[in-house]
Amino acid sequence: MPTAHVCSIVPISKTVGANRIIPSVAIPHPLGDPDKSPDEEKAIRRRLVEKALKALETEISEQRVFD
Amino acid sequence: MAKTIRAIHCLNQFFGGLGGEEKGGLAPQWFEGPRGPGSLIQQLAADIAVVGTVVVGDNYMAEHPDEGAAEIVALIETEIAKDPALRPDLVMAGPAFAAGRYGMSCGAICQAVLEKLGISTVTAMHPDNPALDIYRQTLTVVRAGADVMGMREAVAGMVRVGIKLVAGEAIVPETDGTIPRGLRRNYFADATGAERAVEMLMRKLRGEEIRTEYPMPVFSRVTPAPPVADMAKATLALVTSGGIVPRGNPDRIESANASKYGEYSLRGLDHLSAESHQSVHGGYDTTYANEDPNRVLPLDVVRDLEREGRIGGLNETYYATVGNATSVKRAEAYGREIAAKLINVGVQAVILTST
Repeated sequence: MPTAHVCSIVPISKTVGANRIIPSVAIPHPLGDPDKSPDEEKAIRRRLVEKALKALETEISEQRVFD
Repeated sequence: MAKTIRAIHCLNQFFGGLGGEEKGGLAPQWFEGPRGPGSLIQQLAADIAVVGTVVVGDNYMAEHPDEGAAEIVALIETEIAKDPALRPDLVMAGPAFAAGRYGMSCGAICQAVLEKLGISTVTAMHPDNPALDIYRQTLTVVRAGADVMGMREAVAGMVRVGIKLVAGEAIVPETDGTIPRGLRRNYFADATGAERAVEMLMRKLRGEEIRTEYPMPVFSRVTPAPPVADMAKATLALVTSGGIVPRGNPDRIESANASKYGEYSLRGLDHLSAESHQSVHGGYDTTYANEDPNRVLPLDVVRDLEREGRIGGLNETYYATVGNATSVKRAEAYGREIAAKLINVGVQAVILTST
């Protein structure tokens, strides 16, 4: 079952062996940004989740970071 | 030279000379003196006398390791009661090489002897022996070859390390050839870390051999799972190591070194809120996650995408733990259990969020 790892510290994700890696915003708010307006923040979150869904639909043969 | 160390040796049915697989179910048996590799122990060590040997079947131990080990401890106690001169200074088991059942058996025996009799123990295994997953932190295990070809070397290592254990000397994996137990020992270095690092760099630039002072753990690799053809037809599950739990933390998941994960319903929830959920993670500032838990577990957006048909459906249970100083071994176990549960209910893909 494919897993998309949305995470703040990509090197750790790579080291522990995640295969589909989506870099997120920041450690205390990986899928958000409190400095933005609520609408902008939700749009950022949506882009990250959409990227994760794309990653889940993408054939890979080794670890890949979906920037 | 007089034999000054009394040892009891534990073997499986094969090395104990009692039979092959057909004798795998053999209950523990006591024999006076050395058998099989025990003779090699005496030959290699002038000061060790193998006063007795316990032989037990691999299957007998694999099927009930705790009961089997307890029986062996009782057997040793009975023999000592009959003849106090048999009281050993050391209990040796194996070598088990890469054999899984034999390794489990040697590990269970050594652990029980250490705990119940307080007698030093030593065994030997190949670094890939699965028993090391359980026993590497508690037992002294000499690094052995994969099979019986490495017998002489492994027994020599057990003898060397066993003598040191009886003398109460510290065992150092690099010099004693044992499997590291993960213990740290303080020592005074001749040069500071900065000087040693520069020296190491210079050696590296000169193409000389270097040895790190801090080996990195080796993580397992997983072959990437095939993709889902179309998420619009698939059920997605959300999992997080960011410590998002229902307010009040009903399962009392620890903020560090979590000993469990939680499974929580999303049914009827359109988004997470400061009133409904919180973060119990002790490794980051949770102000922002507590204000809006969707920043860690993006339920609001996923519900939108579910309504829009971008995903076929969302699994109505999410899984959460705290990935803060949580051991890799535990995390792997949580991952395996969660994956099994998700597969069981027909989930086809996972978004795992980490802080």
